[in-house]
Amino acid sequence: MPRLEEHCWSRSCASRVESKTFSGGNWVASRAEEMMSIVTTVLSNAYGSLHSVRAAHLIRRGLVLFTVGVVLALVLNLLQLQRNVTLFPEEVMATLFSSAWWIPPCCGTAAAVVGLLYPCIDSHLGEPHKFKREWASVMRCIAVFVGINHASAKLHFANNAQLSLTLAALSLGLWWMFDRSRSGFGLGIGTAFLATVITQLLVYNGVYQYTYPDFLYVRSWLPCIFFSGGVTVGNIGRQLAMGGVEKLHND
Amino acid sequence: MTVRERLREKISAAFYRHGLLCASYPVPIILFTSASILACCYPLLRLPLPGTGPVEFTTRVRDYTVPSHEPQGDLGERPDWYRGPPVAYIQQVLVKAAVSPWDSTLVPVDVFRSPLGRVFSLLEEIRNHVHNDGSGVRSLEALCLQVTDLLPGLRRMQTVLPEHGCLLVSPGNYWQNQRELFDSDPDLLKTVHQHEPKGLHTSATLRDLLFGVPVKHTGVSLYSRKRVVTYTITMVLGSYDARFLSSLRARLRQLHPSVNCSLREDHMVHVHFKEEIGMAELIPLVTTYIILFAYIYFSTRKIDMVKSKWGLALAAVVTVLSSLLMSVGLCTLFGLTPTLNGGEIFPYLVVVIGLENVLVLTKSVVSTPVDLEVKLRIAQGLSNESWSIMKNMATELCIILIGYFTLVPAIQEFCLFAVVGLVSDFFLQMFFFTTVLSIDIRRMELADLNRRLPAEAGMPPPKPGPLRPREAPPPPRPSPYTITLQTPAFRNLRLPKRLRVVYFLARTRLAQRFIMVGTVIWIGILAYTDPAGLRTYLAAQVSEQSPLGEGGAGGLPPHLGGASVFPGAGGDPASTLSVLPAPAEPTPLPENQSQGHHGAPREGVPHQAQAPPLVPQISWGAEDEEGWRRLSFRHWPSLFSYYNITLAKRYISILPVIPVTLHLSPREAIETRHPQDTRHPPPPSLKTNDLPADLTFIGTYGEGSKQVINPPSLSRVAALGLAAGVLLVLLLFCLYRVLCPRNYGQNGVAHGRRRRGDLPCDDYGYSPPISEISPLLLRGHSMDIECLASDGMLLASCCLAGQIRVWDAQTGDYTHTCHNLGGGTEPGGGVFDEDEGYPLRRRTTPRPALFEDQPDLTPLIDTNFDSQPPSHLLLTPPRDGFDFGGLVERAYLEHEPPSPGLTASYPSPSPPSGPPPQRRRSLGAVWAMELRGNLIAAGRSSGKLELWDAVEGSLRCSNEDGVSGITALAFLNNRIVAARLDGSLDFFTVDINKPLGLLQYRGPPGRSNIPPSPCYSSEDVISCQLTRSVQCAHQKPITVLRAAAGRVVTGSQDHTVRVYRLEDSCCLFTLQGHSGGITAIYIDQTMVLASGGQDGAICLWDVLTGSRVSHVYGHRGDVTSLVCTTSCVISSGLDDLISIWDRSTGIKLYSIQQEVGCGASLGVISESLLVTGGQGCVSFWDLNFGDLLQTVYLGQSSDGQGVRQLVVLNNAAIVCDFGSELSLVYVPSVLEKLD
Repeated sequence: MPRLEEHCWSRSCASRVESKTFSGGNWVASRAEEMMSIVTTVLSNAYGSLHSVRAAHLIRRGLVLFTVGVVLALVLNLLQLQRNVTLFPEEVMATLFSSAWWIPPCCGTAAAVVGLLYPCIDSHLGEPHKFKREWASVMRCIAVFVGINHASAKLHFANNAQLSLTLAALSLGLWWMFDRSRSGFGLGIGTAFLATVITQLLVYNGVYQYTYPDFLYVRSWLPCIFFSGGVTVGNIGRQLAMGGVEKLHND
Repeated sequence: MTVRERLREKISAAFYRHGLLCASYPVPIILFTSASILACCYPLLRLPLPGTGPVEFTTRVRDYTVPSHEPQGDLGERPDWYRGPPVAYIQQVLVKAAVSPWDSTLVPVDVFRSPLGRVFSLLEEIRNHVHNDGSGVRSLEALCLQVTDLLPGLRRMQTVLPEHGCLLVSPGNYWQNQRELFDSDPDLLKTVHQHEPKGLHTSATLRDLLFGVPVKHTGVSLYSRKRVVTYTITMVLGSYDARFLSSLRARLRQLHPSVNCSLREDHMVHVHFKEEIGMAELIPLVTTYIILFAYIYFSTRKIDMVKSKWGLALAAVVTVLSSLLMSVGLCTLFGLTPTLNGGEIFPYLVVVIGLENVLVLTKSVVSTPVDLEVKLRIAQGLSNESWSIMKNMATELCIILIGYFTLVPAIQEFCLFAVVGLVSDFFLQMFFFTTVLSIDIRRMELADLNRRLPAEAGMPPPKPGPLRPREAPPPPRPSPYTITLQTPAFRNLRLPKRLRVVYFLARTRLAQRFIMVGTVIWIGILAYTDPAGLRTYLAAQVSEQSPLGEGGAGGLPPHLGGASVFPGAGGDPASTLSVLPAPAEPTPLPENQSQGHHGAPREGVPHQAQAPPLVPQISWGAEDEEGWRRLSFRHWPSLFSYYNITLAKRYISILPVIPVTLHLSPREAIETRHPQDTRHPPPPSLKTNDLPADLTFIGTYGEGSKQVINPPSLSRVAALGLAAGVLLVLLLFCLYRVLCPRNYGQNGVAHGRRRRGDLPCDDYGYSPPISEISPLLLRGHSMDIECLASDGMLLASCCLAGQIRVWDAQTGDYTHTCHNLGGGTEPGGGVFDEDEGYPLRRRTTPRPALFEDQPDLTPLIDTNFDSQPPSHLLLTPPRDGFDFGGLVERAYLEHEPPSPGLTASYPSPSPPSGPPPQRRRSLGAVWAMELRGNLIAAGRSSGKLELWDAVEGSLRCSNEDGVSGITALAFLNNRIVAARLDGSLDFFTVDINKPLGLLQYRGPPGRSNIPPSPCYSSEDVISCQLTRSVQCAHQKPITVLRAAAGRVVTGSQDHTVRVYRLEDSCCLFTLQGHSGGITAIYIDQTMVLASGGQDGAICLWDVLTGSRVSHVYGHRGDVTSLVCTTSCVISSGLDDLISIWDRSTGIKLYSIQQEVGCGASLGVISESLLVTGGQGCVSFWDLNFGDLLQTVYLGQSSDGQGVRQLVVLNNAAIVCDFGSELSLVYVPSVLEKLD
């Protein structure tokens, strides 16, 4: 029974990377706006006279990524709850939407930022990402990411170390299968590190907590999930940046 | 490396043959595949539909009250279904019985006969138990769930399950709860087994129901090692009475005390069975399915160039889905019932298995040359991709194997499914999909043949060699082309890291070894950990194998010796233990004790028989506490469903079990024996040796009772599966040998167009895959090709000598020559064409050995403004050595201040050779040429515009209105635009004096995106009138002129680009943005305008508004040519770099380094195919990835002639100049894409 509580809280934001600290919903929202506008201006300055076209494109991509992030956050949150729902349900409906409302928007914003950062960094490094640039591959990547979350939620592992190791291996496999770029790896690591630190801080400050923290204040598999989430969103972002005309399939 | 090569060759050869087989016998193979799919899916029919599992809730027995119907506010952890009374209370009496001590005179049937016989007395005891206290008398009859009738249709259960009265099930039901029937039953196991369903087991069999424990835990077997029989008596109670139950418990305990039993008895478990899947579970499921469908959609969208796209996509999906079904079916068949929720893992399985192989196969097959026979195409396509397919499969298996070693049960099960799924997917791809593909390709070929027949009707019979020179003279150059198909390099380019790893694995055969070792280990683990399997067998065997036994059993066959020999007396337990190998160590404690019981108390048998408590043979463990958990979760629903009671959305309460321990003396066991039991005694010789071991009876007892052995354990299943697999492979191999004649590869050769003798092939008709792109050399020009023009049907070329030749662009046939004398209107013009004054007919061109005879080469200026940067013209001296550059420069200077009125009569004041020679010379050089319809428009350096009839080779008309050399021409519809050296732009109209209705339209409709050009026949009188002349269109010479979509775009040295409307010659925009002269312009039907300049910048413009869309600096030096596709811009520069830009973002995607001097020639064949010229070769590139697909050498390797011009024709052929020759290269793979 205590696992339920743990999962309610731990998974509420584990599905997506957080690039910012959340101390309040409004503040985060405004911060996100600021961040996005900064990114937008930087990019549009870089492209000089094409400002309007570029910015419009960028905003559209950002919106798509935001939507993807929100949807994924909701779904994966549900997936985490489901573990307890299926087998030993207790107050399912009560906890379903009672977890903080601001988490999906934050996840969406973070997804937008990371998804825009990836192609930006690619173009700055001058090594365009050419590996498996097609929507089918991106869909496969998303499916594998959901699968990793599914595994972390549904499977019973003997101990935490085994769970974390398995998830780490899965995340690395995800990166290797769908990304294989150094920038992607670096950004993924950075995202995972940052997000974990932020979560640690949040938990330390008592915004929420884990029932069975085995890694300082949080669960040790959290970075793996963040990492694979970063890679997945980066993949989507790159694909969006590449084929601006193609719309993301209904997701 | 050689191992890899050999392996690769072998795989390739095998795939080739397999492709031939599939394409040769499509219908039988599809039938065979469908049959195997159905056969593998058959077990699925018995599998219950997937649903959610039951939910548990535990309460304490002590203060249990039936929950009320009303929700009682906040009751803590109480689930919302825990409301109201349960359907039933389940009270189980768990009986463990053993004959102790085990006497050596007992036969194996004694293990369970007397223990089972005790069930009747127990039943009697339970039925007759009456609890009497102050409130009244209670008996089981009053409390139990009264059932009335079995469901109709369960007649076979009628004799076994109670049909009225209490629902009380026990093994005694087999004998109608009558001791007499039991005693007179000669073969108990047969009775038990005859009620089992034949074939595969469903989740809850009758045996499970009656025994109440899983079959392998019952111990009712001839080969039971523990000799402990376990069964339950299950009472289903309708109402709960704590006092009755506790008194019953106390009574049973008193009668049959279980000394070492410490089962907890304070918890009852409520199990709720679900029926519907809730929203919360559904949403993630739906999401994964959406992702799955998106994946399938995006994958199958990539299938193209086939006859029926949807058909193939369907086949691909069917392949994947049926491979999954097959995997589940096979796993079920081999006894691995899935515990995972099938619906949840299904999308992940699909994603793991993937559609990639199918797509790769399709792509590979459709990119084989279309003129091959279908089965050869299939075979070649298969063998091209064989290596990568095998590699991918090995990699995936490897990954899955790694996943298997995480040792998490769920992941292991997933991996098991995935492995079987992968293998069956491979099977289906090879048999099903390949065959479907071959059928599709055949259909396409038929359609293709029908369409192309007219065009090919005139084709001569196929020439023997791949090289088909169109030239009549006898000495053909021997094999002037080499072909390199660079599939490995193409792969290398994209995935170097993965390749290196996989190559390493393949080189060292690590993957194979790893998989083999892993499989062996896995099978070993399975066999060893299986409780009924190897470990206990080993332990028992080793313990029985004592040195003392050897003497007694010396004469026995070895396989019996180990099992049957047991020391009669004096066996030393210590020595027995000392020979135990390591595998015997982790045997569970109870077993050890029972083993020890055999060895040690041998002498004290009579005493111990009187003292049962001293023999702790029966142990109670935590797993007995809730023994029902080991049953299928459909156990209770199926029991209740027999009586038409559903448990969906209801719950039952399971009370703590009542343990009952029974120790039976050997005497009792012997007394209860049926006479038939001793009919199968151990053989007398063994009996004298006091051998109780069970294996003895395999030989004697086995035939009659095959069906009573344990359900097949995993190890046996694995062994069986392995054997079956080997057998299947052998069978297939034999079938293959019988079915396939060895020479079907040659069958195609007999009437094929290709002579196989040229290719290295073995006697199976296999030849290494080669590319079939062969260039067609068009010879006839005596000097280097200067201009090329084509309208898709005809091809006109002009060499430095001013000779224009016309070729058939479809076949490469030489048509005729337009020479300057042909029209007869220019008496002085044909100075160097005298020797060709007779009309040339097709294919009779003598090899021109004219080079020495050329009287004057001075007018041959290498100034083609169409394709060469002006800087080239201005900065480099003409290669022929005479000084013309100064003249041109002077001309520039003279015309820089625009003086339109003077131009016509302006005499050049100081040319080195004077005006007349200049005038005379300038007649010859054709600087620009265009071909539309049957008209060739040629612009000469003298400023003269000539119109030639391309069919007849006669001059139709000419216009000498301008004197400045025509640097560029555009011919659109009936208008000709000529750009001149002085920066002026002339618009001409071609008038045909003929009613419009008589115009014939020519060309394949729909094949090209430009409107078919009118065909001018020779009867018409054609006149060419200057309609408008824009004198100062540019300040400096016009370097580029392009026309499309009703616009004429000019680029000039003066850094500007101008856009004119074609109809009224009106200047729409002057586009400024370059900081150097314009050197390249691209415009197409969709009004995309791109320009490149000497500053290396590329600008994209919006033609409608005249605004600049994008501006990038791409090259050091001039941009020499520009092409746009819908997604990218391709540019080449003087720095010999070809850069590919994203059109929407302006980001450079990648660049290709070209050979020196060949940078300018490039063309786009389709959206994803780029062709570039090189030194004596043309290269094909995949635009999406920048991979080199293929290089076609035009002549003898590396004779250093660069391809400077390259024209892409509509029929997916390309024409390029190759010195004095033209080369026509067909690109077969994109032939169908234009439809």
